[in-house]
Amino acid sequence: MAMLGFLILFPLVVAAVLLVVRNNRARNVIVGASALVIGLASIWLVATYLGAPWVSFEFESPVIDYVSTIVSVLVAAAILYYGIRYKNVWACVLAVIQVVGSLVFEFGFAHAIDVTEGLYLDSLSLLMAFIIGVIGSGICVYALGYMEDFQAHEPEGAKDRRPVFFALMFVFLAAMFLIVFSNNMVWLFTGWEVTTVCSFLLIAYTRTDEAIKNAFRQIIMNMLGGLAFLLALYVSAIQLGTLSLLEFLQIGVSNPALVVLPVCALAFAGLTKAAQMPFHTWLLGAMVAPTPTSALLHSSTMVKAGVFLLVKLAPVFLVCPVPSVMVILVGGITFALCSFMAISQTNAKRVLAYSTIANLGLITACAGVGTPEAVWAAAFLILFHAIAKSLLFLCVGTAEHHIGSRDIEDMDLLFERMPRLARFMMLGIMCMFIAPFGMLIAKWATLVSFVDTGQIALVLLLAFGSAATFMFWAKWLGKLSGIAGRPDNVEMTVHKSEWTSIMLMAVLIIIGCVCLPVISWIIVEPYVYSVFGTLGQDIASANLWIASIAAAIIAIVLFAGLGRNKAKKVDIYLAGVSADNEARVFRNSLSGESSATSRNMYLEGVFGEKRINPVGTVACALVIIVAFAFSAVALLGLF
Amino acid sequence: MSLLFVLIGTLAFTIAAPVLGCLLAGLDRKITARMQGRVGPPLLQPYYDVRKLIEKDNVSVNSTEGTYITCALVFTLLAGGIFYSGGNLLMSVFVITLSGLFFIVAAYSTRSPYAEIGANRETLQVMAYEPMVLFMAVAFYMAAGTFDSAGVFALDAPVVSSIWLVFLGFLFILTIKLRKSPFDLSYSHHAHQELVKGITTEMSGKTLAKVEVMHWCENVLFLGWVGMFFVWANPVSIVLALVVIALVYFLEIWIDNNFARVKWQAMLSSAWIVAFVAGFVNIAVLAYL
Repeated sequence: MAMLGFLILFPLVVAAVLLVVRNNRARNVIVGASALVIGLASIWLVATYLGAPWVSFEFESPVIDYVSTIVSVLVAAAILYYGIRYKNVWACVLAVIQVVGSLVFEFGFAHAIDVTEGLYLDSLSLLMAFIIGVIGSGICVYALGYMEDFQAHEPEGAKDRRPVFFALMFVFLAAMFLIVFSNNMVWLFTGWEVTTVCSFLLIAYTRTDEAIKNAFRQIIMNMLGGLAFLLALYVSAIQLGTLSLLEFLQIGVSNPALVVLPVCALAFAGLTKAAQMPFHTWLLGAMVAPTPTSALLHSSTMVKAGVFLLVKLAPVFLVCPVPSVMVILVGGITFALCSFMAISQTNAKRVLAYSTIANLGLITACAGVGTPEAVWAAAFLILFHAIAKSLLFLCVGTAEHHIGSRDIEDMDLLFERMPRLARFMMLGIMCMFIAPFGMLIAKWATLVSFVDTGQIALVLLLAFGSAATFMFWAKWLGKLSGIAGRPDNVEMTVHKSEWTSIMLMAVLIIIGCVCLPVISWIIVEPYVYSVFGTLGQDIASANLWIASIAAAIIAIVLFAGLGRNKAKKVDIYLAGVSADNEARVFRNSLSGESSATSRNMYLEGVFGEKRINPVGTVACALVIIVAFAFSAVALLGLF
Repeated sequence: MSLLFVLIGTLAFTIAAPVLGCLLAGLDRKITARMQGRVGPPLLQPYYDVRKLIEKDNVSVNSTEGTYITCALVFTLLAGGIFYSGGNLLMSVFVITLSGLFFIVAAYSTRSPYAEIGANRETLQVMAYEPMVLFMAVAFYMAAGTFDSAGVFALDAPVVSSIWLVFLGFLFILTIKLRKSPFDLSYSHHAHQELVKGITTEMSGKTLAKVEVMHWCENVLFLGWVGMFFVWANPVSIVLALVVIALVYFLEIWIDNNFARVKWQAMLSSAWIVAFVAGFVNIAVLAYL
């Protein structure tokens, strides 16, 4: 248990130190060392409890209860402060409701309820701890170099707010650890709210009008989720008389009719945090933040907290149809429609954002299905998405600083200008969508579990969504692979800290994909077994090993095989004699010079945001409203 | 154990598929010629063509294209090996998609405008047929109770009896997969409707030879998927499957010679509508009735 406490508290201490350190070099040392400590500690924790079922720790402390209430109130107060300062009525209203709600809750209801086992861990928490501790702190290290460049690009005399930035990142990690280890749902809620406000501050980092606007969009949507969480706490305390997550889940599984409303509310909180339609716009807006923020929000924290809660609720979804249908439909629709919209985007970060939302949708749908197979798939989707997405964000961030653009069309020739970076990016992209890499194996398990449970609508959404996924990744991959003459290599000036993190993610991908059967055996299967009592493993391990071998082959080809061919070089065909092959300029029939241009297809008319966005927003909003109407009726029916 | 099967299957496929595929391509050219009122080349002409390509100088526009194509070929062989050794149909589908991806990336890597257009269109083609292929695998699973292609030998009746609608849908997208007109957007054998040489514009010599061999193997694999619908426990059913394969291939050649290339919009919408109507409806019927 000391380890859990250490993981939650240590990042807070680091954050406090970073807040006062203004020296660049000192900050580099502190961030690097503490990231290493957090990473090693979380690996050690995983190793110690490998394969553990649910392990509860007896730990209760009224002091911590009060602290967590105070933190919740402070969070709301901070939002209120910014809401007043930037004159945002909705944020103020929600913040006031939350302050009142949490104070009344703490002193009116929660005080009477003891949760003796405040902390716990199980294999899913361990998986999350690994993701937060290793990938999250890897991103912090990356941010060192990135923010140095970022500051250099700022106008002269701009205030250096980096101490706050790094402090926030570490607070974020602490809050995430609190979320994955808390059995006391009030503490869990505190972590939940802290991540919300941290991402608010990180998104608003640049203080431009756009950043402020998007930050407020984020805070309003996530506070709605937070209020739903609070509602769930109220119902749980009043009706079920417990605030322990374990007891809540047990009651839910044995008596699903009792928990329809709180589970719906918690699922709603999860959906908002996981940026599912109609709340997906906050994650798109979050792109205005510096890239490490995006990487952190998209891969290891924030949105992963949302799907973590949903996966935790999976056994209840299995027996409780109303929230289950809501989560399944919202997740499935989000997956298909966001994959469609990703086709029409040229901005690399926006493509990544849509792909994140789509993949979270898939995880959400898996959680909603709730069978052992679906949970198995969801756990792998969480793991591989975290690794691959952080790798991609880090690569895009570095590329942006060196080629001056985040447009995919400008990444032409990246393979030559930044040969190493392009290969890493290609690895990340392949991991996202193609066999034999992790994401596709997980998608495969998803497909099988959807078929087995008769979720035919999900099979439909998955089939069309995956086809779209192929399109938008393949054309990006193609752009990266282009090779012409020998343009300048602009890779030399990339910071060492950036390389370290990028390498870390790439190595994790390769290890993850090659050792996929082993990870399944030591981490994911124990969790599935501890929750459901059966495994329901549906992909024969022989297939997993084929995938593992193929992944190894591709990795070797990508990093050792490419570019070794010693064939005689010739110019490409350009409908005339080549004048400048690199620029695709040729002599035309009038002896003048013409240049050939070609762009990827973005199919704006078919898959444009304008066409698809309203459909998804309306459909998902309707699903959620109907589900809440049903659960309200179910609640009334109980009395 | 099944890993070993897949390995043996892949080796066998590596030897047999190019031979069969080459003969099939020769037959294709002969029948096509007869349909157009010509005599046509000898049956082994595709083999002579590839042999000549292999003898050509090693010339390339860049240093990576050949490697990508080798990967594409290797994964095609693996996909065939998985399927014909009785392995998992979905795995076979995914590996052949991987092979398709390498083919696309090879074309992109050249930065030739013509090859890029071909690669773009190939990507669109994958997007067009992928839903139906997934539905095909899912429907097979629901009808046969397993994803393993070997499972058909334990059935009392061929899967086509319950998923004939899926079979028809699959026939539709098979035209795209076999690169037959009207859906030969990325790479056509009909010179009159092609932009230079589509996705293979910059490929030559050994690289182009590998592409040709890859297509032979792909065709053998896809026709295997067709045959799978008609096999059950009775050994005679294999003969039936071969007859159906022959008929289907003849039908594809006939379609190839009678329709002009369509625009991508028509291909995408028709393939998705077919996938929805044939694939999804059939699966829904299996699941709920």
